[in-house]
Amino acid sequence: LKICVLVKEVPDAAVEKRINPSTGRMDRSGERNLNPYDTHAIEAAMQVKEGGEVEVEEVIAVTMGPSTAVRALHKAVSLGADRSVHLADDALAGSDVVATGYALAKVLERESPDLVLLGQQSDDGECYTIGAVVADYLKMPSLTQVIKMDVTPGKLRCERQAEYGYDTVEIELPAVISVGDAINEPRYPSLKAIMGAKKKPLDAVGIGDVGIEGDRVGEAGSKVVCGDFKAPPQKAAGEIIEDEDTNETVEKIIAWLDERKLLA
Amino acid sequence: MSGILAYALHYEGAFNKNSLGGVSEAARLAGELGCEAHAVVIGDVSDDLAATLGNYGVTKVFRAKDAPEGLAQPVVDVMAKVMDDNGHDYALFGGGLLGFEIGAGLAARLNAGVTMEVTQVNVADGKLTAERPIHGDSSISTSSYKDRGIIIGRLNAFETAVPSDASAQVEDVDVELSEFSTKATMVQRGEARGEDIDIEGADILVAGGRGLGKPEGFELCEALAAALGGAVAATRAVVDAGWYPYSTQIGQTGKTVSPKLYLAAGISGAIQHKVGFQSSENIVAINKDSNAPIFEYSDLGIVGDLNKILPKLTEAVKAKKG
Repeated sequence: LKICVLVKEVPDAAVEKRINPSTGRMDRSGERNLNPYDTHAIEAAMQVKEGGEVEVEEVIAVTMGPSTAVRALHKAVSLGADRSVHLADDALAGSDVVATGYALAKVLERESPDLVLLGQQSDDGECYTIGAVVADYLKMPSLTQVIKMDVTPGKLRCERQAEYGYDTVEIELPAVISVGDAINEPRYPSLKAIMGAKKKPLDAVGIGDVGIEGDRVGEAGSKVVCGDFKAPPQKAAGEIIEDEDTNETVEKIIAWLDERKLLA
Repeated sequence: MSGILAYALHYEGAFNKNSLGGVSEAARLAGELGCEAHAVVIGDVSDDLAATLGNYGVTKVFRAKDAPEGLAQPVVDVMAKVMDDNGHDYALFGGGLLGFEIGAGLAARLNAGVTMEVTQVNVADGKLTAERPIHGDSSISTSSYKDRGIIIGRLNAFETAVPSDASAQVEDVDVELSEFSTKATMVQRGEARGEDIDIEGADILVAGGRGLGKPEGFELCEALAAALGGAVAATRAVVDAGWYPYSTQIGQTGKTVSPKLYLAAGISGAIQHKVGFQSSENIVAINKDSNAPIFEYSDLGIVGDLNKILPKLTEAVKAKKG
């Protein structure tokens, strides 16, 4: 079994996010990190590998993004991936969800994985639709927000919560699965794994290397035009209490609730 | 012929509330554009039930009887064929997990533009544009489409129209499913998990999230809810983890509530949760992380340890109420 994990570099959650108003694109400067949701996808791959139900030959981390995205791949490798592939090309800048999914599908086609895993959503563009796009291009069955995944030869048994409760779905491999964060507790990488991550093979490819048609990606190849960024209607800022003396804090909460007749 | 096609999810003989919102929105927009809005239904839907979608303004309902309902990819096959055969320019989905999956797959299939988490759709120069809050709702971006457009609403974004007595024409469509669409099969659908608790009528809700630390943390919420005369709600993360029943879950794929007081304990306030309670009259948040997004939209925020605050607050509420 060969598993590919799609990962993404996102702004660190602690850093304020901003859009460049002149280009309409995310300002990608500042602190970056591996998308926290992706660590669950890598952990899921490692648990399949270590679970012994099926033989896993390789776990490969795949990303698309600028040169800095290499750090996300190093992190993915430190968490257990055997090697990584970095799709980077100036022609990809400004790609929408469909163009991005198409480009990633072309990289994956070259690897021909039995299982593609990804995190349920990325922390920046909130594009938790990418799995469904990639699956359609690869012509593979797909399911998102999976919180339990049992692997048997040739088949997966997945559980996920949908509109009416929990669904159990059986899926034939190869398949594209996006996992929810309840699926596992990701491990912390060992110091040795962090130090060794840069030595694992990293394959840098451009669009020509994987047969991506240039007119189907980037701003020109995208079918959505995003613009007119505006601030949402402002809600009056709420009151904030830093709890130093809990008795005092509780008194303030009681007064606040009482004023609004919520303790009647 | 142009037009808008809306997907109507159904379960146990009733249409999904968010789907009816999407159908209503499609009809409203079609009126502005001067075209027709249609709906698509999958699987076992009676003629009578399908025709009731006309109450919300669509003139025609395409029904794919033999396709399985509950999984996205067969619906992509059906919608792609219906849109190609009938020349729809737009597909529209109310909020919901399946809508996200179907809409994204459909965009890939049709090489169309897609926008998700849409809160408002407008008509400009005879075309649709979609507004979508981004980056933790700190900014709103507007999407327009070079060709066909797929618009996926945020939960509760589209209002359901007041039903008329109009009826829609029902047309059966025969669609051959893609081979890969048949490789996933539903083994069990809609398992409730946990006891059935009614929280939708409660005026006061005390909600717990992952910040409670452990399942037993909910005892603190239960004690406070009992003192306040309210009920206990939960986030998806803790329901998925098995800490609390699915019937108490607020947000995407859970319930939508608007109580007089929503007190959130140990909840960071991700968008998927926020959409389920943001219309509450008063929102109080207790969280030890001062960066938690919930503090950006709570009316009263307390940065502190809920394990210290909740028990004392419960005692104080009891004392106050006598």
